[in-house]
Amino acid sequence: MTVVERREIALVDLLDRLLAGGVVITGDITLRIADVDLVRIDLNALISSVNEAVPSPFEEVV
Amino acid sequence: MTGLRYVYAVCRPFGTPLQAELTGIGGAPPALLHHHGLVAVVSTVPEADFSEEALKAHLEDLDWLSAAARAHEGVVDALTTVTTPLPLRLATVFRDDSAVRTMIEAREDHFRSLLDRLHDRVEWGVKVYLEAGPAESADTAQAPAPARPASGRDYLRRRRESSHAQEEKWQRAERFAHGLHERLAERAEEFRLHPAQNPALSGTRGQNVLNAAYLVSRKHSEEFVELVDRTKDEAAGIRVELTGPWAAYSFTGEAKS
Repeated sequence: MTVVERREIALVDLLDRLLAGGVVITGDITLRIADVDLVRIDLNALISSVNEAVPSPFEEVV
Repeated sequence: MTGLRYVYAVCRPFGTPLQAELTGIGGAPPALLHHHGLVAVVSTVPEADFSEEALKAHLEDLDWLSAAARAHEGVVDALTTVTTPLPLRLATVFRDDSAVRTMIEAREDHFRSLLDRLHDRVEWGVKVYLEAGPAESADTAQAPAPARPASGRDYLRRRRESSHAQEEKWQRAERFAHGLHERLAERAEEFRLHPAQNPALSGTRGQNVLNAAYLVSRKHSEEFVELVDRTKDEAAGIRVELTGPWAAYSFTGEAKS
């Protein structure tokens, strides 16, 4: 098989899978900390905080 | 300090032992918890880090999140070398082994059907980027004098041309990505389209046009990888990136495609 060079996995690729994928277990667990919404909200907060620091390269004054 | 049970994945029993040096979240060695013919791969994590409050704060800390995500993936990746694991979402934690067993009992049919569907299959990630063209940077960097517009009208004309050229590049990249996706989807059993990645977060060059995941049997993976490899030089100004093989994280929901 073709060996795909395995550089260090990018964090975004991990987060695409670990925060948006994987089996979600909610319900009658003792702790409801794996709640999807909680994780999504926090990731959104994280992304928007990163965005504020880096303006869009396509923003043009017309 | 009390410990909680962190669950990485659920598998069918497998004969090979885990690598002795394998560590999970916080450096703890993962253990196998057998129950009802299934295996939960677990490790002990400190309650101080995984209580609801603490976790909420941790998830906003990019360094903590990154370390946890890499540790989670490290364990799941080790499992893919010996079996086909069903990965759980990051930060799935239970009070103790007994709560993990109760969870398995409540979901064993679902786990079994997912494990059957994913058996001997892996996930490949394919991303397409529109590269920032060398022409634009050369214009501004190397030839500032001729690039200076002679008049306001001239300036506006150039602005229109430049944005028109950018639009055409986007359309070309999207057509390429669409064509590539069609070819890859044909070879895959299922696919998922993830939202385009934010360049600020990914830190990669270019604009992400396609961010897809494909479920492919191990048997057909070589062919799939070669197909992606061949497309890499097909279009100028467009970059194709392959990641994987991953455990089938993107395919643990209901089958769609």
